[in-house]
Amino acid sequence: MSSPTPEPATGGASPSWIENRSTAGRLVLPNIRELVQYRELAIVLAVRDIQVRYKQTFLGIGWAVLQPLATTAAFTFVFNRLAGLTSEGVPYGVFVLSGMVVWTLFSAGTMRAAGALVENESILTKVYFPRLLLCVSAVLPGLVDLAIGLVLLAVLMAVTGVGPGIEVLVAPAVILVTLVFTLGTGTLLAAINVRYRDVGNAIPFVMQLWLFLSPVAYSSTLAEGAAGWLYYVNPMAGLVETFRWSVTGVDPPGVESLIAIGPAIALCIGGLIVFGRTERRFADVI
Amino acid sequence: MRAIEVQGVGKRYRLGQSVVTLREALPAVLRRGPTRDQDELWALRDVDLTVEEGETLGIVGSNGAGKSTLLKILARITEPTTGVSRTRGRVGAMLEVGTGFHYELTGRENIFLNGAILGLSRTEVRARMDAIVEFAEVERFLDTPLKRYSSGMWLRLAFAIAAEIQPEIIVVDEVLAVGDYEFQQRCLGRMSEMHDSGRTVLFVTHDSGMMARLCSRVMWLDHGRVIADGPTQEVLGAYLRKGGATGAEAELELAPDVDVGPIRVGVAGPDGQAPVRGEPLRFEVTLEARRPARGYNLAVFLVGDDGTRLLHEGWTDTEDSILSFEPGLTTVSVTVPPLFTPGSYAAILWFGTSYGVTQFEREVLHFQIEPRIDDKAESLRRARLVQPEVSWTIDRPGPLEGV
Repeated sequence: MSSPTPEPATGGASPSWIENRSTAGRLVLPNIRELVQYRELAIVLAVRDIQVRYKQTFLGIGWAVLQPLATTAAFTFVFNRLAGLTSEGVPYGVFVLSGMVVWTLFSAGTMRAAGALVENESILTKVYFPRLLLCVSAVLPGLVDLAIGLVLLAVLMAVTGVGPGIEVLVAPAVILVTLVFTLGTGTLLAAINVRYRDVGNAIPFVMQLWLFLSPVAYSSTLAEGAAGWLYYVNPMAGLVETFRWSVTGVDPPGVESLIAIGPAIALCIGGLIVFGRTERRFADVI
Repeated sequence: MRAIEVQGVGKRYRLGQSVVTLREALPAVLRRGPTRDQDELWALRDVDLTVEEGETLGIVGSNGAGKSTLLKILARITEPTTGVSRTRGRVGAMLEVGTGFHYELTGRENIFLNGAILGLSRTEVRARMDAIVEFAEVERFLDTPLKRYSSGMWLRLAFAIAAEIQPEIIVVDEVLAVGDYEFQQRCLGRMSEMHDSGRTVLFVTHDSGMMARLCSRVMWLDHGRVIADGPTQEVLGAYLRKGGATGAEAELELAPDVDVGPIRVGVAGPDGQAPVRGEPLRFEVTLEARRPARGYNLAVFLVGDDGTRLLHEGWTDTEDSILSFEPGLTTVSVTVPPLFTPGSYAAILWFGTSYGVTQFEREVLHFQIEPRIDDKAESLRRARLVQPEVSWTIDRPGPLEGV
C-alpha cells in the first residue's frame, strides 16, 4: 500500500487521562482550555452555516441586504407615517435601522443558538466535542448580517446627513456585550430545547413580543412615566438605545437602563449552569 | 501502559421519555422527586475493562447487548450513570458513516468540517489533505457537493478522515459492513497498520471472521454485562457456541398471480445453528402452491462479498425429475459440502419453469460463515474463497542408502 506509515499524533509525549463520569448533581462549568483547543470548530461550523444558507438561492447574499431594508421601510411607514411617532431628532429610517442591527444580532443569534443542538443531532450523537461551540457557532454568522447592516446604516446616514460623533467608539463595546448576552440566552434556550421542544414553538412568538417591548421601531420616550424603570429590566432596551446613541448621537439612555445588568448576568450564568448540568446527557434525550 | 480504564460503569435509560412536552413533564416536576413508575433499562451494568496501549479489542454481543453504549461512553458522547471511564489520548470514533458531514458542502469543505469536529486545526487538516484524498479516491470530486456522492464515496471519505487524524484510540462500530470488498480489505489493512504503529483499537462487528483476523482479545457483552473477556479464540468460540448467532432466514411474498412460489428461505448449519466453516451448509426453501402445479425448477446461487459467483446449483442439474407441487406447502432443501472460508455471503434464489422461464430471481439472504473454534488467527487473515478440509502427510523414508 502506498499510504505512509502513521505517525503518533502527539509527537510521542504521553497524553493525560480524560475522565467520563456522571455529572448528576454536580456543577459543571465550561472547560475554557478545551473550548480554546476546539476554537476552529466554531468558525468552521459558522462558515458552514453561512455557506449553506446562501447555496442554491437566487439572490444569495442579497437576502442579507433586502431583509433589513424591507423591515426598516415597513417600520418607518407604519410607526412614522401612519402612527405619527417621532424619532428623537434623527430621520426615522436611521433611527429604526440603527436599532434594528443590534436587535437582529440578538434575536437571530438567540433563535439559531436555541436550535443549534437539535439541528446538529447527527453530530451530537456520534462525536465528542464541547457542545457549547454549537451555540457559539450559531451566534457568529450574525456578525456578517451586522456588517451588512452597518454598511447600509452608513449609507443611509450619509444620504440623510447624519454624522456620528466621538461616542461611536462605544459601539464595539455594545456589540460585544450584545454578543455575550445573546450567547447566554441562546445557551439557556438550547439546553431546554433538547428536552422540551416547546421552546422551538415559543421562540418566534416570544421574539416578536420582545421586539415590541424594545425601543427598536419606536422611541423609549413613549415608555416614560412612574414605572418607566420597569421598561429597562429588558437588557435589550438599554443595549439598543446605547448603540443608537453612540452611532447617531440621539439622547443617551438614562441611568435606569443599568438595572438590566442584573437580569443580563443572571441569564448568562443561568444559561451556562443549565447547559453544563445537561450537556453530557444531550445525546441520550435528543 | 494502559490506554483505557473502565470501572463499574453502568448506563440507565428511561424508556419512552426521550422527548416530552412541558405539559407532560409539569405534573412530575410539581410532585417533586423522581417518578418511580417509569420503565428503566440498564444498557450497561457493572462493566470493568482495561485495555493496554496498542491492543486491539473486539466486542461481541447480540443486538441490545450494550456494545454501542459502551463505545459511546468511551468516546464521551454520553456519560455513564454509575462508575467512571478513563481514556488516555484522543479518541476517534467511527460510529456511523458520514458523521458530521453536510450534504450541501463540497468534499473539501467537509474534510475541514470533519477535521474540526475531531479537534484538528485547519493547518493540521491541510497537512493531511493529500493523504485523505488519496486513500478515499475522491480527487475528481473534491469540489463537488457531497449530495452527489455515492454511499461508497461517503464511506471512503469518512474512513480516510478518521484514519488520517490518527487518534491514540480509535473506536469502530460496524461501519465497514457498507463498503465494497476491495475497500473493506484496504480498511482492514489500515487498521492493522494502526495496530502495528501502537494505536489502541476497539472494534464492534457482527462479522466474526473479520474480528478473528483483527483482534487478539475479545469481550462478550450480554444484556449490558460482561460475560467473558479473554483471548479471541476462546471468547469468540464460546459466543458462537452459545448460539449468539443462528442461521439466516427471510420471508418472501407470494406473488398474487402465480400458481406456486417461494415464501421462505433459510440457510443454516446441519443442526440449524449458524453456518460454520468445516460444516455443511443447508439451504431450505419453502414454497406455497395455490393449485396443483408441475414442470418447475429451482436454483440457488451463492455470491461472495466481492461479488464472485461461487455456486450455482439447480434441482434438475442433479435430479432426474422436474418439480411438481400439490396445493399447500412444500419444502425443498439442498446441502452443500463444507467448502467455503469464513466471511460474508449472499444467496440468490431462482425459481421458474423447467424450460428456463424465470418466475422469481432475487438476492434473498445475507449471511455469515463463522470461523471454527480452532481456526487460527493467522489463517483467517488470508484472502481466499474456499477452505476445504485438507490433510497433510509427511513421509520419512529413512536415510539414503550408501551415505
